[in-house]
Amino acid sequence: MADPVATRVTSQPLLQAIGITKLYGTFVANDHIDLDLHPAQIHALLGENGAGKSTFVKMAYGLIQPNDGELRWLGRKTVLAGPAQARALGIGMVFQHFSLFENLTVAENVALGLPPSEPFAKISAGIAEISRRYGLPLEPRREVWRLSVGERQRIEIVRALLQNPKLLILDEPTSVLTPQEADQLFVVLESLKAEGRAILYISHKLDEVKRLCDTATILRGGKKVATCDPRRETAGSLARMMVGGEIGEVKSAAGERVGKPRLVVQDLSMVPDDPHGIRLDHVSVEVRGGEILGIAGVAGNGQDELFAALSGERLSASDGSVVIDGEAAGRFSISQRRRLGAAFVPEERLGHATAPRMTLSENALLTRHAVGMTHDGFINRAATIKVVDEATKAFDIRKAKRDPEAASLSGGNLQKFVVGREILRELGVLVVSQPTWGVDAGAAAVIRQALIDLAARGAAVLVISQDLDELLEIADRIAVIFTGRLSSPIESKTADREHLGLLMGGSSAQPREMSHAVGA
Amino acid sequence: MRLVLEPRAERSTAAAIASPLIAVGLTLLVMSILFGFLGKDPLNALAVYFLQPLTDSYSLQEMVVKATPLVMIGIGLALCYLANVWNIGAEGQFVIGAVAGSYLAVKTQGTDAGTWVLPAMLVLGALGGALYALIPAICRVRFGASEILVSLMLVYVADLVLDYLVRGPWRDPHGYNFPTTADFDPVATVPSIIEGSRLHIGALMALVVVAAAWTVLGRTIKGFEIRVVGAAPKAARFAGFDADRLVLFTFAVSGALAGLAGIIEVAGPVGHLQPGISPGYGFTAIIVAFLGRLNPIGILIAGLFLALTFIGGEQAQISLKVPLDLTKVFQGILLFFVLACDSLILYRVRLIRTRKAADAVA
Repeated sequence: MADPVATRVTSQPLLQAIGITKLYGTFVANDHIDLDLHPAQIHALLGENGAGKSTFVKMAYGLIQPNDGELRWLGRKTVLAGPAQARALGIGMVFQHFSLFENLTVAENVALGLPPSEPFAKISAGIAEISRRYGLPLEPRREVWRLSVGERQRIEIVRALLQNPKLLILDEPTSVLTPQEADQLFVVLESLKAEGRAILYISHKLDEVKRLCDTATILRGGKKVATCDPRRETAGSLARMMVGGEIGEVKSAAGERVGKPRLVVQDLSMVPDDPHGIRLDHVSVEVRGGEILGIAGVAGNGQDELFAALSGERLSASDGSVVIDGEAAGRFSISQRRRLGAAFVPEERLGHATAPRMTLSENALLTRHAVGMTHDGFINRAATIKVVDEATKAFDIRKAKRDPEAASLSGGNLQKFVVGREILRELGVLVVSQPTWGVDAGAAAVIRQALIDLAARGAAVLVISQDLDELLEIADRIAVIFTGRLSSPIESKTADREHLGLLMGGSSAQPREMSHAVGA
Repeated sequence: MRLVLEPRAERSTAAAIASPLIAVGLTLLVMSILFGFLGKDPLNALAVYFLQPLTDSYSLQEMVVKATPLVMIGIGLALCYLANVWNIGAEGQFVIGAVAGSYLAVKTQGTDAGTWVLPAMLVLGALGGALYALIPAICRVRFGASEILVSLMLVYVADLVLDYLVRGPWRDPHGYNFPTTADFDPVATVPSIIEGSRLHIGALMALVVVAAAWTVLGRTIKGFEIRVVGAAPKAARFAGFDADRLVLFTFAVSGALAGLAGIIEVAGPVGHLQPGISPGYGFTAIIVAFLGRLNPIGILIAGLFLALTFIGGEQAQISLKVPLDLTKVFQGILLFFVLACDSLILYRVRLIRTRKAADAVA
């Protein structure tokens, strides 16, 4: 390992962006962005999804080229031809989506990102050294598929740090972490800053930014809105700059609204069909009419498997393991479950919830054909387009024409359609996974409100989400899923973040190290 | 300068119509070059191929006769391909359909069997083709075997079955040892539309098949199911559609249509069972399906066009002394261009001026 970057307090920025502009066709993804990154500073890049954050960092890492404007590295004009050149200058990046090979070990994965000349033993030693120095526990010989998401992220961070970068870019690093894991990450980032490294921290979480960052640059619609000191701002003022207006508050319906159980899961166990999948292990839970039950957990702990088992995309071995409105439906197909008054919204909008290259009306038919819209096998087109119109009206879906292809909608608008398609019929049970993932704040508020209103009308709503804040906001009770096991739900009013965080890390009763003994 | 393919936000309708036309244009260009190499005048050669057959009524009739099996098989294949199921063995299903239907014709030969024979033959032909097509479908669903390989290999099995029958048990005893059955009785023959012409009612049946496929694909939930399973398998499962059952269904339907085309061909234009009843209809229909953009109306047009290449090829062989295999070369080149031009529907081509920076290796 080389020495840490010498701590220099200097007025000269490390990386300077001047008038950076990026066009995609006629769409302006970045519009004359100016940004100065100084050593020993954590600089937040704040903005909603689609504000242009990712586009900017891709240019700062040489993945794409700006159409206009220039980058200066230590005052000298620089063209970053590719990530290799960015790394050579001293820019490291930790992506939001990891690129790791599940069947290879930690050290092997790191080695793949380095020049082939590096001896393998040296890499292993380097990993051990870095993980010791920064408190990033990592076992170099462990296969990646055995690791939690937090540990996988550590691989990416260690991989970046092995190059001894002067500037480290992190794209939404806490979106996959438990609150405790996020705290650990902040400690690491503080020590990197103390060494004089610059950090560009991409996020849309205001609390985090206020707590961690020295400077914040806010983007909205591809334009820079402001650069400010986040500690001098309130969460409200930051949010206003980010969204460009007030976000509608989500109102929970008043009063007691607990009916009889409408969705009952009883001792549900299921072996995954994917070798890297998670085994559902004696899952039991009851959702009563009028309530929203949240299922928290870090990604990859059985959420996908639970959704498939509840929806009927995978059938249970016994009828009684899933009961919908009193009907034992464990071996019912997804269409039969829909006829019982259940509806489902999966996590993946394009390709799972919708066929991307089909129109919205065809996508309305996708989930509603089991409950109407056809007559003797013939499609009632008027009924399919009516759903599109109704959803458009109820959820203010913005689209270029009346019935466009699903793939042409923005994430937030498509998610409003996907939720609206299900909610606008008489429902007894709704199971929804990641309802606001990658959705702008305005659309997220609309969707959360719709879920609350649905429960208020007497439906049982089960929300699977990795966003603990979201669940604390809308759910009445919260259970935590960890390695395919579901904790018993706790009232969200009295829920303690710390406690939930520990459950998400798998250490309710057991010591923390137990969380590493995953799967197998 | 370099060419870049950029994804389009929406699929382009204009490009969807233009793509097969561009493909045909590029194919004609390549063919002209080929004719040039063969020492023929390209324009004259193309005229012999594509215009001359359109000028006399016999060739026009013949074009419809040859388009009939192409369209019928092409429709069935389109159902498969839309569902992302790859039936490459329509040629074999065509032959087995012909054999299954001919069984009745051979067995009732010379008896006073009534008019029920032909309809029963057609049903048997469709059934034979469907059952034969179900072999690769079941292999795929039950054992995960590649339906492409299994269906293709079964083509050669079907040819050998046909060979065995016409050289052995079904051979015409008065046929001077030629490998052929006796000519079918009139009740076992597909009637002509107009007396004395080669146009038979199979052509009308092909039109019915086109109309039916158009209705099913555009208006029914089954057609929707086929399209969703092909376009977005995970969304199809979410919709409650069973992909395995659809593999069986599309194979059975396409096999039935190929088998029907086979028995119509044998009981119509050919008149008896013999080896070589197909000049490769089952394979050419793959090109028909793609050139027609897997759309029933498109397939009808594409079927007529490819039928033209068969007839033009024969005429070119006679008047230009070029090999008949040139037709197959033409069809092959056409398929390549059709598949290549399809990317224009989802992507737009853009010329990008090269900058050093942009070319540097990442």
